[in-house]
Amino acid sequence: MLKNRLAKFGLAVLLLFFLTAVFAPVIAPYDPDEIVASDTLAPSLSHLFGTDDLGRDIFSRAVYGARISLTVGFVAVTISVLIGTLLGALAGYFSGWTDGVIMRFVDVMLAFPSIFLILAIQAMLTPNIYNVMIVIGLTSWMGVARLVRGEYLKIRELQYVEAARAIGCSHFRLIFRHMLPNAQAPIIVAATLGMAGAILTESALSFLGMGVQPPMPSWGNMLMDAQAYMRDAPWMAVIPGLLILLAVLSLYFVGEGLREALDPRKYHARS
Amino acid sequence: MVSPLIEIEHLVKQFGAVTAVNDVSLSIRQGESLGLVGESGSGKTTLARMVIRLIEPTSGKINYPGVSDIRRECQIVFQDPQTSLNPRIKVGEAIGEPLLIHALLPKSAIPLRVKELLDMVKLPAEYAGRYPHELSGGERQRIGIARALASRPKFLILDEPVSALDVSIQVDVLRLLRSLRDELKLTYLFIAHDLSVIGFICDRVAVMKQGELLELADKAELFAAPKMPYTRKLLASTLAF
Repeated sequence: MLKNRLAKFGLAVLLLFFLTAVFAPVIAPYDPDEIVASDTLAPSLSHLFGTDDLGRDIFSRAVYGARISLTVGFVAVTISVLIGTLLGALAGYFSGWTDGVIMRFVDVMLAFPSIFLILAIQAMLTPNIYNVMIVIGLTSWMGVARLVRGEYLKIRELQYVEAARAIGCSHFRLIFRHMLPNAQAPIIVAATLGMAGAILTESALSFLGMGVQPPMPSWGNMLMDAQAYMRDAPWMAVIPGLLILLAVLSLYFVGEGLREALDPRKYHARS
Repeated sequence: MVSPLIEIEHLVKQFGAVTAVNDVSLSIRQGESLGLVGESGSGKTTLARMVIRLIEPTSGKINYPGVSDIRRECQIVFQDPQTSLNPRIKVGEAIGEPLLIHALLPKSAIPLRVKELLDMVKLPAEYAGRYPHELSGGERQRIGIARALASRPKFLILDEPVSALDVSIQVDVLRLLRSLRDELKLTYLFIAHDLSVIGFICDRVAVMKQGELLELADKAELFAAPKMPYTRKLLASTLAF
């Protein structure tokens, strides 16, 4: 019951963030890059979240930052779910040496501390928003792969899979038409939780200057800008920090809620 | 002598140290209904799975003199209709799938054939739009039968098709299977652990125990004068029931 309420809260927050991101030009009172004040102003009625060190309106930057952070999170998690699902499905379906090769590759990828791997790759590439999405996606699919592999190992033994083989279904059809829809519940949960992780990684990267590049606002690089002014202008750090916290927490709540709602044991109890 | 549809020669299947099927030879004649009885673990299902190439034998050979495309002409109906239908695939798509993947009909003609198949198993056409969990066990088994018949097979394996159903529905499904066989001139390999079910539908009966073929005889002969003590025991237990 409590979880349910938290999930609803999370969903509401995410919806709000999503709408903010979509309608950013309508919602933001100023251009996010425009210098609207001659000084770093504290939050007030004319500047809801105050202004930053360059005199830009933080509310407007946060609104556009939602766009960047959510897009990066969504695209990155889409890439990671696609790779993880494909490799996990192949490993679980074929098992044997295919499984061995794929899962050893997963182990190798997991053995790298991913933040350093991402930083190293980003250092070689130009750190722009597209590279951030791709690099985060390419380094975060391993959990999904393991999860999907486990699901496929389980589903493979079910009779309807054998029935589909008996009528002559191809491997491709078995993997994607018969098994994938039955594995989708945990994938959706993993994607939701994965998006929280991707947003955090994006923030960390941008904070370190290796992610979204200024002047393009993201919650992470707003935090970076705030570092030097923690004492004089704490709102510069608190606002993006809170937004990241809210977004990640909401995704976790929704993910947990989905996990509970899609629990197969509960599913069977109802049918 | 009727020509054989499928000939099984010295078939062996081992799972690790366990021998599930041990040196079984028999032939399935065109148009007959061959019953296969035995207690659970006697290797009936393993034998059936090898016959339609769901698993490969450890040794031995299966010839298909009367079959050219196994995946199309040999089909199987499974024991448990709860688990043998994909919960995420609608009934109509499940029945039409063999037609789609073997390209037996143009895509646009499939719904009509699905309707025809539903009619053959005495289910209303609107079931095509339902999911398996919306159906009862007996209805689901009819869907399984319709799917097996879609590609116009010659040979059907029925792996205990009624043992998971309510007794009241068992007879209906058995009658349906018998009339379909006569109508479509099908050859059956009918697996059961219950001889009374076999008696209802089969011409010849094979008895298996611990992976070996104990006895193979015409139904009347076997029921009247079983040669093996195990068959006598099986018969006795049926009559008692």
